[in-house]
Amino acid sequence: MADMKIGAYICKGCGLGERLDCDELATIAKRDGKAQVVQQHDFLCSEDGVSMIRNDIDNEGVNRVVIAACSRRAKTDAFNFDGEVCVARANLREGVIWIRPDEDEFQETTQEMAADYVRMGCAEVKYQTPPHPAEERGCHEAILVVGGGVSGMTAALEAAKAGYPVHIVEKEAQLGGAVGQMWKDIPMHSPYTDPVEPVTRRLIEEVEANERITVHLSSRLTKTSGAPGRFSADISAESGSTTTENFGAIVMASGATPYDASKLPELGYGKSPDVVDRVEMEKLAIEADGGPIKRPSDGKEVKKVTFIQCAGQRSEKEGHLPYCSGDCCLTSIKQAMYFKDRNPDIETEVLFTDLRTPGAPGEDFYRSGQDKEVTFRKGVVSEVVAGSNGPVVKFKDLILDEDVEEEADLVVLATGMVPNSGVDIELAAGPNVEGEEEEAQTDSEGNAIEIPVESVLNLTYRQGKDLPHLKYGFNDSHFICFPYETRRTGIYASGPVRRPMDTPQAIEDATGAALKAIQALENAKLGRAAHPRSGDLSYPSFRKEGCTQCKRCTVECPFGAIDEDEERYPKFNEARCRRCGTCMGACPVRVISFENYSVDTVGQQIKNCDIPDEFDEKPRFLVLACENDAYPALDMAAMQGNSYSQWARVIPVRCLGSVNTIWITDALNSGYDGVVLMGCKKGDDYQCHFVKGSEMAHYRMSKIDDTLEQLNLEKERVETYEVAITDIERAPKLINDMAETIDKIGMSPFKF
Amino acid sequence: MSEVIATNQTILVVGGGISGMTAALEAAECGKQVLLVEKNPTVGGRVSQLYKYFPKLCHPKCGLEINLRRMKANRNLRLMTLTEVTAVEGEAGNYSVTLKTSPRYVNDNCTACGACADAVEAEFDDEHNYGLMKRKGAWLPFNQAYPFRYVLDPRIIGTPDADKAKAACKYDAIDLDMQEEETTITVGAIVWATGWRPYDAGKIQPYGYDRFDNVITSVELERMMDPHGPTGGKILRPSDGKEAKDVAFIQCAGSRDKNHLKHCSRICCMASLKQATYLPEQYGEDYKGTIYYIDIRAIDRLDDFYQNIQKDPNIKFVKSKVASITEDKETGNPVLHGVDTEGYHRYSNPHDLVVLAIGMEPSVPADGFPMEVVINEEGFVELDEKNGAFFAAGCSSDALDVNRAVQSGTASALRAIQVVNRVAGAEG
Repeated sequence: MADMKIGAYICKGCGLGERLDCDELATIAKRDGKAQVVQQHDFLCSEDGVSMIRNDIDNEGVNRVVIAACSRRAKTDAFNFDGEVCVARANLREGVIWIRPDEDEFQETTQEMAADYVRMGCAEVKYQTPPHPAEERGCHEAILVVGGGVSGMTAALEAAKAGYPVHIVEKEAQLGGAVGQMWKDIPMHSPYTDPVEPVTRRLIEEVEANERITVHLSSRLTKTSGAPGRFSADISAESGSTTTENFGAIVMASGATPYDASKLPELGYGKSPDVVDRVEMEKLAIEADGGPIKRPSDGKEVKKVTFIQCAGQRSEKEGHLPYCSGDCCLTSIKQAMYFKDRNPDIETEVLFTDLRTPGAPGEDFYRSGQDKEVTFRKGVVSEVVAGSNGPVVKFKDLILDEDVEEEADLVVLATGMVPNSGVDIELAAGPNVEGEEEEAQTDSEGNAIEIPVESVLNLTYRQGKDLPHLKYGFNDSHFICFPYETRRTGIYASGPVRRPMDTPQAIEDATGAALKAIQALENAKLGRAAHPRSGDLSYPSFRKEGCTQCKRCTVECPFGAIDEDEERYPKFNEARCRRCGTCMGACPVRVISFENYSVDTVGQQIKNCDIPDEFDEKPRFLVLACENDAYPALDMAAMQGNSYSQWARVIPVRCLGSVNTIWITDALNSGYDGVVLMGCKKGDDYQCHFVKGSEMAHYRMSKIDDTLEQLNLEKERVETYEVAITDIERAPKLINDMAETIDKIGMSPFKF
Repeated sequence: MSEVIATNQTILVVGGGISGMTAALEAAECGKQVLLVEKNPTVGGRVSQLYKYFPKLCHPKCGLEINLRRMKANRNLRLMTLTEVTAVEGEAGNYSVTLKTSPRYVNDNCTACGACADAVEAEFDDEHNYGLMKRKGAWLPFNQAYPFRYVLDPRIIGTPDADKAKAACKYDAIDLDMQEEETTITVGAIVWATGWRPYDAGKIQPYGYDRFDNVITSVELERMMDPHGPTGGKILRPSDGKEAKDVAFIQCAGSRDKNHLKHCSRICCMASLKQATYLPEQYGEDYKGTIYYIDIRAIDRLDDFYQNIQKDPNIKFVKSKVASITEDKETGNPVLHGVDTEGYHRYSNPHDLVVLAIGMEPSVPADGFPMEVVINEEGFVELDEKNGAFFAAGCSSDALDVNRAVQSGTASALRAIQVVNRVAGAEG
């Protein structure tokens, strides 16, 4: 590594030259920032300006570049220097001149702001090194697909078509999954009018014929370890044999189990053999195979069938599913057609509250059902009882507003699906934010928690055997724009295990999951981060000598990236890491850092800001802002012409989770008058893209009061907020609130 | 125009909304060469015009920021804005594609300082706000626009405004001589993600969108919620600027209707339920919402959102396809007429404001698709082998919500990768 040489480049464009004394900024870069090369330019992002910088990099040995110009979000193309160069952006435009009024009385404080950002940029870059990919990189190309249903087979075939080898592990003795048990399925191509052959028959043929795909039947994963690019999985067959294979990535397509209809005695299930669930209805159709469908009790041909939608679903009753299973409306229409297509005189009635057949295919199929004279009645079923000739359905017809009792030959309960998502690891571990060794397997009242479910993945991760569950036991993902944003890098849930869905959706979902698996292993080969810091080559390293084995990093990592080694030190799995820095924020002894983002790169910015002495009456406070939401909100506030306090100094952070409390205490100790933290929404509907980062920061800051007390400082001096990217008016106001607070309670006694 | 390098191993993605951006980024992050073309001056698409997403009520701009960061960081992905596909010839693995790029009249020098906008006087309807407000003839489409560069409206070219804009720019960024350009490139696969447009509400004559000020569409309500939008973030009646506290939502406005769009547009039920939450956000407890519906399609995991709204005593659900709307001349209130089918009760209900949960129409190019593709009756592109390596993503393939559009974009990216990998001989 060559010697460090800092080049500071000060732009005079966009009004910077008029509003600021750029010569003074240049002097500051040289004198305080220790930049060896300092240049000013009228239009730094122009071809001429950029080639000036590039020339210094190529010929003058500059390898640390400070761009004192616009926000790091602007002109990214121009200021993108590959190779052994670190770049810091001192935000003088959006961060200074655009958010400060252009009036003489403010000129001095505006200049001070700019000067500080130049100092901070130089300090940041001084403590950065260019990131290099981790040395331990896996390069296994095979993809492991767990589950051999429609989702699993689709993921396998689509990955194989892109050239990747695949292993499918299926717990049953044959491929096909839930759709394999169907007589027919809903249509997948126009016209969407009639039931079609289930796609599983074709998929099974294709899988068996594909030489890139290996199938393990009657098998389960008994141990999965490693990281993207270097997963190792023990595949154990029922026969007792176990093989170990290496993989680059994993698609978890373990599907769903039909809801247990025996929990619905009020709907006659178990009381009358002629009340069946949707799976049994398929069996009756398979037995009939196009001939007359006969009812189970006496083999009489069914002349009247009633479908009860949402059976045991969309209900808060204990034992029922709170959610809608998404495909039951289409399934009942399809099953009604089993009768109608053979004999239009058979009465088929669907009792529903909301008929859910979205999109073009869905609505076409519903319309086809209506054309085939399937009857749809909006009604709420109260009970199904045995009648003299068959089950009697009691319901309230909501349209006619009357109570109805109707006998049918056969009643089909449109029951839902329950995801096969494995162990609920959060329930298994219990709430544990503090990092103490967990008292596993007990809930808050100290009762043993029953974990009846078998693990699907059997991960050796310290944080648990399976993917974390979302609501109702479905796996990933929590995000609207990023449905594959998994919390276990390189492992992608797909199909009904992560959301109730029908066959066409499962095919689309599995194809997407296959892409993400391919992407994960390709990234792992190059040592690059996965979403949302895609392409980032930095990764956390830690100084073993300083580590006290407190385990906070291993507990707090939102992605389960950190295990423990034999000596109980943290063991980082770079390819699992998403580079949020939550571990760095968690570490009480500050031994964790990234090459280009560390306790120092931020700490030195804090330290290098000029703190006027107490007689100057110029407060200073620090704003640590999430780079994805709060920081852009402040940028956009500047664009809209808002303003905020001249005493604020803003530093973008990767995630509020990466904020180490040392930054706060150091800042307060060195004379800052306050600290504002701005992170994303936490809680159930969290918006933090590193899942727990914001929550962790709030938690840590809730403990900062003790520190403030020790320092004899008012606790109002530290505020933590949830800020959204749309808080264009609010974010500046929060900053101004801190200025007001300081005005009220006075400046910090820690000025020098 | 910078040189356009594309080969038969390049994936062309058409449309820079959430589906196209996703397809492009996912493919590029697999190491593939991608060219993304967008007909507007910025990427972002429809979602950039939304206030919040259901069911999390988070902000689309947050995801957009991440996608823009991914885009800025990826060298495999190139973007051409103001560009449309005019012709496609050839076959899977080797398409010759003709692109037409309209002039922006602003080059890479632009620093987005905004001096040109200050100088220009002419104003036009702001597309980003569905024409509910005006924008300058030199403008930045919205505050997260990418490329982060201004645009000159072609209508000011040749007027003194154009010269004023040019004179105001210190960076030589305005080039009034820019011309439309045609480029022909070779690509291996095409992901078509041109999205959707709101159904023309004026065509639903009984609802009087074109006659009554206080009948608006759901997409317009989203713009009202933007603090920098036409009403400064408030739900105001267009007729008199008063706060609308009694709001009716009409579901299936243009959807599930043989006279308009046959299909169910999928998103509208959840969108209205979401918009129902905007009322307490604005007014605390002093509001009334009424949702006129056929079926509430809060499908799968989303049903709990519906269940929560049902618990709100201020929100009423009426199972009814509204027959017609008239206007109370005195108050400006729209009056909804129809039959509540649960019990068959006739109603004539006045409200402060009516929001039409407007249907989603696929954005099929005016002159049809540039190559022969299999589409269904509703105008969505089917996944069909006859389409070769032309893959529809997002709302070009069906009426989809954002989550499913992104899944679809991701899946389409893999389908395209399969083709270019085959071309590269990477399979073996």
